[in-house]
Amino acid sequence: MASVVAEHDDHHDHHDHGPEKGLLRWIITTNHKDIGTLYLLFALVMFFVGGTMALIIRSELFEPGLQFVDPQFFNSMTTMHALVMVFGAVMPAFVGLANWMIPMMIGAPDMALPRMNNMSFWMLVAGVLLLAATLFMEGGAPAGGWTLYPPLVLQTGKALPFAIFSVHMLGVSSIMGAINVIATIFNMRAPGMTLMKMPLFVWTWLITAFLLIAIMPVFAGAVTMLLTDRFFDTSFFNAAGGGDPVLYQHIFWFFGHPEVYVMILPTFGVASTIIPVFARKPLFGYASMVYATAAIAFLSFIVWAHHMFTVGLPIAGELYFMYATMLIAIPTGVKVFNWTATMWKGAMTFETPMLFSIAFVVLFTMGGFTGLMMSVAPVDFQYHDTYFIVAHFHYTLVPASVFILMASGYYWLPKWTGNMYNEKIGRLHFWLSAVSVNILFFPQHFLGLAGMPRRIPDYAIQFADWNMVSSIGAFMYGFSQLLFVWIVIDTIKGGVGKATDEVWEDASKHGLEWTVPSPAPYHTFTTPPEIIPTEHL
Amino acid sequence: MKKTKHLFVSMLLMGMGLETAQADYTLNLVQGSTQLSHELYDLHMLILWICVFIGIAVFGTMFYSIFHHRKSKGHQAAQFHENTTVEIIWTIIPTLILVAMAIPATKAVIDLDHVQDSDMSIKVTGKQWYWEYEYLDSGLRFESHLDEASEKAHRVSSIDPRSVPNYLLNVDKPLVIPVKKKIRFLFTAGDVIHSWWVPDLGWKKDANPGFVNDAWTSIDKPGVYRGQCTELCGRDHGFMPIVVIAMEQDQYDAWVKSEIEKQAKGPDLDKHTRSDLLSKGESVYLRNCVACHQIDGKGISGWYPALRGSAKVTGDTSQLMGFIQAGTSKMPAFKKLKADELATLVTYLRNSPDLGNSVGDETQACQALSLDDLDDLYPDIDNAPQLCKEFGEVKPEKVVSEKKD
Amino acid sequence: MSLDTEQKNRRLVIKLILIAVLMFGFGYALVPLYDVLCDITGQNIKLQQSATDPVHEFVVDEKREVTVEFITAVNEKTPMEFQAETRTLKVHPGQYYTVNFKAKNLLKTPIKAQAIPSISPGLAESFFKKVQCFCFETQLFEAKQEKVMPVRFVVDPKLPEQYKIITLSYTFFDRTNIIEN
Repeated sequence: MASVVAEHDDHHDHHDHGPEKGLLRWIITTNHKDIGTLYLLFALVMFFVGGTMALIIRSELFEPGLQFVDPQFFNSMTTMHALVMVFGAVMPAFVGLANWMIPMMIGAPDMALPRMNNMSFWMLVAGVLLLAATLFMEGGAPAGGWTLYPPLVLQTGKALPFAIFSVHMLGVSSIMGAINVIATIFNMRAPGMTLMKMPLFVWTWLITAFLLIAIMPVFAGAVTMLLTDRFFDTSFFNAAGGGDPVLYQHIFWFFGHPEVYVMILPTFGVASTIIPVFARKPLFGYASMVYATAAIAFLSFIVWAHHMFTVGLPIAGELYFMYATMLIAIPTGVKVFNWTATMWKGAMTFETPMLFSIAFVVLFTMGGFTGLMMSVAPVDFQYHDTYFIVAHFHYTLVPASVFILMASGYYWLPKWTGNMYNEKIGRLHFWLSAVSVNILFFPQHFLGLAGMPRRIPDYAIQFADWNMVSSIGAFMYGFSQLLFVWIVIDTIKGGVGKATDEVWEDASKHGLEWTVPSPAPYHTFTTPPEIIPTEHL
Repeated sequence: MKKTKHLFVSMLLMGMGLETAQADYTLNLVQGSTQLSHELYDLHMLILWICVFIGIAVFGTMFYSIFHHRKSKGHQAAQFHENTTVEIIWTIIPTLILVAMAIPATKAVIDLDHVQDSDMSIKVTGKQWYWEYEYLDSGLRFESHLDEASEKAHRVSSIDPRSVPNYLLNVDKPLVIPVKKKIRFLFTAGDVIHSWWVPDLGWKKDANPGFVNDAWTSIDKPGVYRGQCTELCGRDHGFMPIVVIAMEQDQYDAWVKSEIEKQAKGPDLDKHTRSDLLSKGESVYLRNCVACHQIDGKGISGWYPALRGSAKVTGDTSQLMGFIQAGTSKMPAFKKLKADELATLVTYLRNSPDLGNSVGDETQACQALSLDDLDDLYPDIDNAPQLCKEFGEVKPEKVVSEKKD
Repeated sequence: MSLDTEQKNRRLVIKLILIAVLMFGFGYALVPLYDVLCDITGQNIKLQQSATDPVHEFVVDEKREVTVEFITAVNEKTPMEFQAETRTLKVHPGQYYTVNFKAKNLLKTPIKAQAIPSISPGLAESFFKKVQCFCFETQLFEAKQEKVMPVRFVVDPKLPEQYKIITLSYTFFDRTNIIEN
């Protein structure tokens, strides 16, 4: 891998030698690293905004009785927490990683469409700000749940059209981001970087980008129908005019189910990138990982109504969606087995990124198990819309997507900043997170099975103990995350010293990004690197 | 401090494996009291154990690897990265397990769907925020609201919810059904989507406005079964529980008879003392008004107008009664209130310290009776905009535009 | 970036945007698609293809009895009272029956309202023929007007044996404001 040349020797005709100075740099930047940084920092801020909302929810649920908030505001909080976390934190964080890492992983000088890249970021910011502004509008923010089911969501006050418009903006932003990813991967790979040589993170993002292009417009359509139903007397979802509120649920979940995979597929990609490095072994079953990801993405389009088993589906529908959903367990199982096999007979070390990744495999699998339980339609008649569901999807999002995002932070921070983070604090952050996330979410399984519905601001006395435990876990988890902020700032300022170019032992065997200097120069791979067959391929 | 202490005690007791003072929490799904719920429980346990065994196998392997294959123990990394045989095996075995799960699951889906051949039908209507039941055989029909004690406890911070029996899981009028009869439920809704769930029956079903859903049950043994609404339906979604009482057929028959007699009776026209009127009026208020106008009568800014100090409430009594009965575009017409209920309610509205009003009058049922037919007495009562104008926060121009012909 | 790559990018972007636009259309295409699927599978039957079915003479199956239930609902703040005069009726397939529904406007101003029917079980829908019905058109109710509205129907003798109870439901929706706008 001696082919990579130091960047500052390169000669350019145009003005992009380095970043602009001052604030303007961040507003007009078209550099993939700058935009990646913007996305990541924005996501981190939103993670704390959404987290604050979660803590408001958990404070109210600390004890039976209504102590802090009005039920309507509580409903706004559950709605906004979900929307902010999904559209403001997790998705942008993965777009940020894609911006930073995809060009460096495939040996491209930048993203394919740098100006569109800038636009999609700022549209995201505008969309999220507009969404947040609905909190201060007359009648309050949307309070019908993030699924925005009519007729309830149509009872929203002044905020409804603004919330819908913000969803449109978020959708356009995501679609632009996805187009950029696809164009970059298809057209910008260094010579010799064939598709089946790409790191799995790139593969999973490619598939995710196609999912996004397919589903975001459908969601935009669904909310547009809500808008016309409310203001222009159409009757898509109004029985009085020949519509059907259940139709909305079908359209929503046609978007919604692939949407949850948008958040988990890149997670799989990062896990498949990190685990081999710290096991000092090639990834087990690279090809089957790619096929499994594609299979999961395909299945995500044909299982949507498993979110609606109790809505009154015909028996044929119940059976079909049950069988199709159960099938997802197979490719997902393959992935878990592959990660286990990657660790098997390796020479593992347990730096913070690896710790988070292992916790991801274990805790995501637990979320997968409850998912398998819920796929069985008749039993879902008990589980549906209870805390069991809340526990399930938080296990597949928090100790999965969020843990892997943390792992990514620790894994690539030295490359991004050129400095090594404080391993001790990193491990402390991990152990606090891993313990508290289980205190937070595990009791919610018990609550759901015992009969506690989701989205209620107050509950019967028999649910009191586990709710209290869960709330304590929530505060522990929430405050532990401040350690990560400290680490990011500390590492930017110098951390515990300079990082080597390779950062992790033998990492350059696992990815092109480890062949460039640390910190990564403003422009990398302006001359395509020579791709030599690496050991794991 | 009280919170901290309670927490400490409960953690301690949990640590010792003892049940706490609120002893009836459970960790697992209820077995329930119908054949169907037992079938679903068994299915749930089957899948749970399958998951536990797969979990032990996968995590066991992983942790063995984590403990033994570490660099610090000098383990050398092997470099294998595929094994077709293994990969085929771990694709086929899960497939077989899934097929094994699908067989009992399919049977359960069919059983759930077997709604026909029922002995009686009950229509369940979900409304913001209570349930309405109608027995299609006898025509008996009533509303089922959250009970008064819970209603007050969750709205008044000085009442400890722990002192309320069955807090948030109790209603003023439970659904009564006979045991060992196949009962078919028909679900619909009056406004938004609700979902009717009693865990002991083994299922929940959505109530969609404009459409009918069905489900069935046949309860084995007499008892009281509690549940809640499980589809987010707005502000008071958490406060519309369900109570089903299953009793022997003869008791059930007697109950139906007495209920029908009770409903056939006209309003209670006896003269009542002022305090009596106020306490009865509070019940009517808690049942019908509190969800919007709130326990202190202050309403919700931007949503529901305040009754506290409202000129409409403290003004002319007859007009107020007419207003309540006629409704507006925002408030339903409370035609269902009988004369005695209306009279006590009006007395309460005008004189309750809870609402901050003190007109100092009272209205007896017979004074309200003539209002049963408002048309003749108050020909302009449908002129809601005029009446609304005085109602604090409702914007008159908005009401006007909505009511315009 | 070479010219070649830029051209390739442009072509790809156009294709991808086209996919996005098509998927937006697909969201709307799900609306009619849903109606078709509902019809096949019997979910949330809307009965709107034909408001009334043509009269047809069936052979009355005296030996068989099917229970038909009639339920009513009034949506949200619709100021009406609405009840079926008969709640349940045992019918012979093939024979015509008439059931009256009573609806009353509680207001002293005229309102417009529309009844939306629904049927359970959904798959029995095609065997339940209405030759006279009051749904699918907005009804004007004068102030305080009470209307008796008949539904004349027959159960097709071809109704599969497994169906013994059919429920017909009507929900009245207030359309006064919608129509005027």
